[in-house]
Amino acid sequence: MATATEHAPSPSRQGPKLPVLEREKLILNGRSYHWITERICGVLENRQPFLWWLLFIPSALIAMIGVGLGLTYLVSTGVGVWGMSNRSFWGWDITNFVFWIGIGHAGTLISAVLFLTRQNWRTSINRAAEAMTIFAVMCAGIFPAFHVGRVWMAWFLAPIPNANAIWQNFKSPLLWDVFAVSTYFTISLIFWYLGMVPDLATIRDRCKPGLRKMLYGIFAMGWRGGNRQWSHYEMAYLLLAALSTPLVLSVHSVVSFDFATSIVPGWHTTIFPPYFVAGAIFGGFAMVLTIMVPARTLYGLQDLITMKHIDNMAKIILLTGTIVGYAYLMELFVAYYSGAKYEMDAFKFRITGPYWWAYLAMMSCNVLSPQFFWFKACRENLWVVMAVAMCVNAGMWFERFVIIVGTLGRMFLPGDWKTYSPSWVEIALFVGTIGMFLALFLLFLRFLPCINIAEVKWTLRESDPHFDDHHDHPDHGAAVEPAYQHELHSKDAAEAKA
Amino acid sequence: MSTTRKRVYGYLAEFPSASALYKAAEKVRDAGFRKWDCHTPYPVHGLDGAMGMKRSILPWFVFFGGMLGTCTGFGLAYITQVDIYPTVVQAKPANIFTVPAFFPIMFELTILFSGFTTLFGLLALMKLPRLNHPLFASRQFHRATDDAFFVAIEARDPKFSPDGTRQFLEDIGGKSIELVEEED
Repeated sequence: MATATEHAPSPSRQGPKLPVLEREKLILNGRSYHWITERICGVLENRQPFLWWLLFIPSALIAMIGVGLGLTYLVSTGVGVWGMSNRSFWGWDITNFVFWIGIGHAGTLISAVLFLTRQNWRTSINRAAEAMTIFAVMCAGIFPAFHVGRVWMAWFLAPIPNANAIWQNFKSPLLWDVFAVSTYFTISLIFWYLGMVPDLATIRDRCKPGLRKMLYGIFAMGWRGGNRQWSHYEMAYLLLAALSTPLVLSVHSVVSFDFATSIVPGWHTTIFPPYFVAGAIFGGFAMVLTIMVPARTLYGLQDLITMKHIDNMAKIILLTGTIVGYAYLMELFVAYYSGAKYEMDAFKFRITGPYWWAYLAMMSCNVLSPQFFWFKACRENLWVVMAVAMCVNAGMWFERFVIIVGTLGRMFLPGDWKTYSPSWVEIALFVGTIGMFLALFLLFLRFLPCINIAEVKWTLRESDPHFDDHHDHPDHGAAVEPAYQHELHSKDAAEAKA
Repeated sequence: MSTTRKRVYGYLAEFPSASALYKAAEKVRDAGFRKWDCHTPYPVHGLDGAMGMKRSILPWFVFFGGMLGTCTGFGLAYITQVDIYPTVVQAKPANIFTVPAFFPIMFELTILFSGFTTLFGLLALMKLPRLNHPLFASRQFHRATDDAFFVAIEARDPKFSPDGTRQFLEDIGGKSIELVEEED
């Protein structure tokens, strides 16, 4: 990582001298390569802290009871045990699906979009965010798969003709969704795994011979870090980032098509795709903060995930939260301006109907709570950051609840107007997926490198092969002390003395 | 009593930093070596040029893989919806003009096929996965994934000579030069 000061023009050059601000460092306290390896591998090599068990055991139990028992009861009895009726056929179930799919989006945004835009701060958080994507999509997948009713018929979703030789309807957004979500999961998994190969090799090389070394070795695939590998690897990473960027925008757009292509008032709007994508990134970043801020403290990763990283994420939450707030207001304005009676009534029902509390929760959590992030003091206070992130997590769930339940309760026929409330099975299933998500993430912390070791090393200043080469950069000022070599030499000298 | 024959893989030399490695790589390139590599804990940008390597050809694979995906998406939707079993839903026609409705699936399959081509193309170009490699027999090579920068020159390089190459690596600033041997 070159600092900005290095590129300041030397006094001999013509022209005015402009003050150049130094970039904030992404790795604090001048840590060495070896320190980075030790610290990140230490997370999975050392004994887990007590808090890990304190979180893992309840999460795993909740997952087993909620998802395991909930689904067993559901499948053995039938979907009638859900609180959904003929009218509100998309209750909590699809709310949860959209909620979890949205969570995943921040992972791909951090790993792909921020990579293409050369935002180097992504390196400290992209691995955990990508893991979060995978686990969130796994949680999301449960809901539509069981929503089909007879889950053993879920293969009908795949492009295979049924017994009557009838194929799927390729013009249906629901089938687009099947393709979008399964592609998203597959590409995210490839991206996550390929990104992890050099780090798995690092762990392999640190292990003593045995089963553990063999397993990490198999997954590291014989990686040797040769430049003839890195060259292709970096190209593959660039390609995957370029492929994931339109993909991530398409996935939540397609999810929003499930709503927008219907003729239901309140759903049939062109603003849905961008509004859903912004909301997904917004909710996803909140979830990244929710899990990374405690993990950072628990494992002492403050030098790698600095306040600068948290500050950047808070700013993205502020930006996307404001976009989401704009979408909410624009939706109301368009409903008013359209003059369409049904459209206006749909929004009146959302705000003043029996679900007014959900609308209020959505507005205050998603639009008002991020406004704290205008203030630096709030972005620097981890308690405020965590509180806002929690508000956003809840607010984004309420947004989907408002859109789905707040619309289906009042459709064209007054005869089937009905208020919806979930049964205990739906509640258990949702709480179960929260447990499942946390348990999977804790297992990830336990077994896999939670920060991208290779890429974090790459952001150090001395990783630039020209950082001390003044012939290549004649504009450079005074000689720069090669901090890493200095540290190594002093360490070697200290060891030699001992 | 066992006699183990060993085959020489080549020389491994350590360099103190990325910039030292970069300068050494330029010298190895200019000396005309072909079968050699630089091993680093992270991708050192610019090393491709210093090693005289060409740009990766992976994008070509991915381009054709992606195009195959587009065609598969179109074929899947068109053949099943228009040819084999025209499905009329909501009175929408089933002919070539319905192709915009197939765009999302064509797009997703383009990405899916490109992603798989990237993965398998990359593995093929890197000649991975493999379970073992002679370099893993080295006593210091494990640091290549931690904090060390190595140049490895293979014995099968036509310019390789047991004494000359060692001297050459010493001259360009290599430290702890090691003859890596694999058990035959």
